[in-house]
Order: sequence, then C-alpha cells, then structure tokens
Amino acid sequence: MIFFDRVSKVYPDESVALDNVTFSIEPNEFVSIVGPSGAGKTTLLKLFLAEERPTDGAIFFDETNIHALDKREINNFRRRIGMVFQDFRLLPGKTVYENIAFTMEAAGRTDEEIEQDVPHVLDLVDLSNKIWNFPRELSGGEKQRVAIARALVNEPDVIIADEPTGNLDPVNTYDVVQILKKINDLGTIVILTTHNKGIIDSLGKRVIAMDKGRVVRDDKSGKYF
Amino acid sequence: MTGREMFWTKLKRVIRTGFFNFSRNGTVSLASVLVMLVTLMTIGLISFSGAVLDISLAELRDKIDVNVTFAPTASEADILEIKHSLESLPEVLLVTYVSREEALTAFKERHASDQAILAALDELGENPLGAVLNVKARDPSQYASVANFLESGSALSKKGVAIIDRINYFQNKTAIDRLTSIIESADRLGFALTIILAAISILIAFNTIRLTIYIAKDEISVMRLVGASTTYIQGPFVVVGIIYGVVAGILTLVLFLPLTYWLGGATESFFTGFNIFSYYISNFIEIALIIMAAGVLIGALSSILAIRKYLRI
Repeated sequence: MIFFDRVSKVYPDESVALDNVTFSIEPNEFVSIVGPSGAGKTTLLKLFLAEERPTDGAIFFDETNIHALDKREINNFRRRIGMVFQDFRLLPGKTVYENIAFTMEAAGRTDEEIEQDVPHVLDLVDLSNKIWNFPRELSGGEKQRVAIARALVNEPDVIIADEPTGNLDPVNTYDVVQILKKINDLGTIVILTTHNKGIIDSLGKRVIAMDKGRVVRDDKSGKYF
Repeated sequence: MTGREMFWTKLKRVIRTGFFNFSRNGTVSLASVLVMLVTLMTIGLISFSGAVLDISLAELRDKIDVNVTFAPTASEADILEIKHSLESLPEVLLVTYVSREEALTAFKERHASDQAILAALDELGENPLGAVLNVKARDPSQYASVANFLESGSALSKKGVAIIDRINYFQNKTAIDRLTSIIESADRLGFALTIILAAISILIAFNTIRLTIYIAKDEISVMRLVGASTTYIQGPFVVVGIIYGVVAGILTLVLFLPLTYWLGGATESFFTGFNIFSYYISNFIEIALIIMAAGVLIGALSSILAIRKYLRI
C-alpha cells in the first residue's frame, strides 16, 4: 500500500535527513515511528505528504509514485490522508464545526453530507457539546480531538499522527491513543510518530526505529528501547 | 453533484467564507479599510486636481490670442480675404472679424469716462481705427507660425500698399512664450505627480493586504495539507480584498460629499466658474466608477499576488 523505495533526502546545507530508507506498510497496519530528535521522522512524513521532494528514491502509494503527481492530483491524494499534528493546527478563525466542514468542502462534498457527517464525527471523539466553539475556547486535549475528527471525516485510507500527544497530559494522551487504535480497528492505516515510551509499549504494534536518517530497527510487535 | 452544481456550491462557500473572515477579523478589517480609504481618496483627489488643472490651463490658453490691426485704408474685402486664408490654416481655431465701426464703438465704450479722449475723437471727425482680426490658435505654441504667415505672406500688402498696421504677437511674444512653457510644464508636472501619488498609495494598500495574509500563512499551509485546491484557498482572501475595496470605495464617495461642498465656495472664487462640488455632483457616476473599480481591483489583485507565495506547498 505504502512503499518507501531507497529514499534519501539531503538539504541544501548538505545535512542528510534521510539516508537510503526502504520499508513498506500494508493495509490495516498500525505503525509507530520512533527515534530521537533529528532522526528524520518529520522529514519522512513531509516527503510522504509531498510537502518536499526526495533527493533520491521514490515513494509509492497504491503503485502511484507520489512525486510524479501534478498539483491537482496531489490535492486529491492528500484528501485520502488524515493529518494530526502535535500543535493541532486548527484554523483559528473557524468554529469546531467549520474546521471539520472545511476539510469536507475541500474534498467537494455536498452541504447535506457535511451537515450529516460533522456532528457524527464529533460524537465519535466526544465533543458534540463544543460544536460552535472556536479553537481558542478549547483545552489542549479537546483541540487534539477536533484535529482527529477533522482527519477522520473524509474516511481516509491513512491517518498520520505526528507527535499527537506531545502537548497533552497523561489522561488526554491515553484518550487520543485509544481513538487512534479504534480508527485502526476499523481498517485505516495509522502512522504514529512519538517519543512516548509508554504509548509504544502499551500498543504492542509494529515499531520502526530511526536514527541519523536511517531505519535501525523494524519490529513486528516492538517495544521502545 | 454535477460539475455545474459543484461550481455554484464552491462559489457560494467561497463568498460566504469571505464575509465571515471579514466580519470576524474586525480590527484587521477596519485597519485595511482605513488604509484603502486613504488610497482611494488620493486617487479621487488626483482626479479632482486633474480637473482643476485642466480648467485653469484652458482658461489661460483662452486668454492668449493675436490681434491683427489693419490700416484704416484697408478695404473690407481684402480683410475678409485674409480672414479666409487664416481660417484655412490648420493651426487656427477661430478668427473673429471686428469692423472699423465696431472697433470705434468698443473704443468709445472703453473710454466712456475719459472726456478728453472722446473730445479728441470728435475733433478728428473721422474714424481713426483700423479693423481687427482676432486670431485664436489651437495651441499657444502655434501663434508664432500664424504671425509668420501674416508677416511673410502676400497678406501683408495689397498692390504694394501695406494693409496690416501691426500684429500684437510681436509685442506679446515674450509673455506668450512664457505662458506656453508654464502651461506645458504644469501639464507634465501634474501627470508625473499623479503617477507617483497613485503608485505610492497603491503600494501602501498592497502592503497592508499582504500583512493580513501573512498573519494567515500557517492557516493556508493547513488548508493545503487537507487537500484544498488553490482557488478554494485563494477565493475567500480575494473576496475579503474586494470587500475592503467596496467598503472603502463607498466611504470615500460619501466623505467626498461634505468635503467638496466645504471646498466648493473657495474653488469658485479662486478658479472662475469652477465649483468642485458641482463638478463632483455632475461627474458623480464617472468618479464613482473610477473609485469603485480602483478599490475592487487593488483589493483583489493584492490578495492574489500576496497569497501566491504561501501556496507553493
């Protein structure tokens, strides 16, 4: 489903962010990517989202080379992926409802579908009572749940969660991980990057460990070393 | 949804989002409208001062003419012949014939209070004044060639007898030349000032809108990452830019009413026959079109140009 084929990324200042990385992710997998800061986790995700181009190698999604797509096709591709960030990245000028509706509008969904699906997905993350609030009126945990709802609403093939619990307390961290697990159980690929040893150990799912731009370990049901 | 339905749905969403963004970012919107207001007022004032300049220059031009005074002995037929040949010159706009009698009547009227002159006229018994051709050229710089034509051509003498007494161009030459050059440089200066002022005010408006989009740059990158298309991201910003332009345009047109009314009396006494308030009212549609079109164009174009930078992801 997702295949990184000998991918390298060297920035103009000669720093090597990724060095000949190869791995694949199958449908229904839950993959955690771990490693110290600067290991190349964020670069990996940026390349996958076509925010940046690899210096060498290629990334395939369903047999399609992502970096051979034109702008319009990239937009369509991104609509099949849900993103969750450490800093939430909600649109501050829009209410909770509008933040989620925007993603559906961008995907060309009808008003009826939006009116029906937004309350439903907010119900899934237990935020129905905050539907008309602005992001500034929410706690960190609530913001992250809105972000997850936004990532989910277009029923994506892949959810990418980049350090989603980095700014959350243990209770909210637990909630977010449970939601991600539930999403994976329903058949969506989840790619999670994290520093949190507790999360990795409790998940018992596949772990890819990175260091200095290389994959140093790839365990089917790994632990955080 | 069909493609057509999708287009209208998207347009509706873009416009609605634009209005939401305008009203929710109250302070930013207010500041942008005020800056745009200054820009549009500058453009409006430029068009007013253009009109004032045009009118005062036209008045000055109108004051310049050349009088050809004929000898009292010259026959009316000869004079009319010269009038015809003058009228056939491309430089000449208008030639007015003032007969000897009319010249005398005008002279008497002018000196009605001067008994000594009137008495001297009576003493002479006959009309000492020659007929006059008053020549107006299309452009002040063309008087020289008109005067040369009169002086060199066969017009000057008829059967060896000079019938033209004098041409006042040669007495007024310096004054006419100076006035011509003043008019020309005022024209040029006005044009240059217009361009510079308009450019500066447009740049300031552009920069303000650029700042409002800079504030939203993180938002734009998030929109990109959820797969929104360029037009769908750009649209609401363009709508907001147009709203800035329309609101500022309406405010400008309204503010010009008391402003020109207040200045109306002063302009009327300074430039004879020109009242800026009546000029504004009688040219309202044209001025309103210019102001509104400038506002909408500056708003929309600034948004499109400013947002391009953040859409590269």
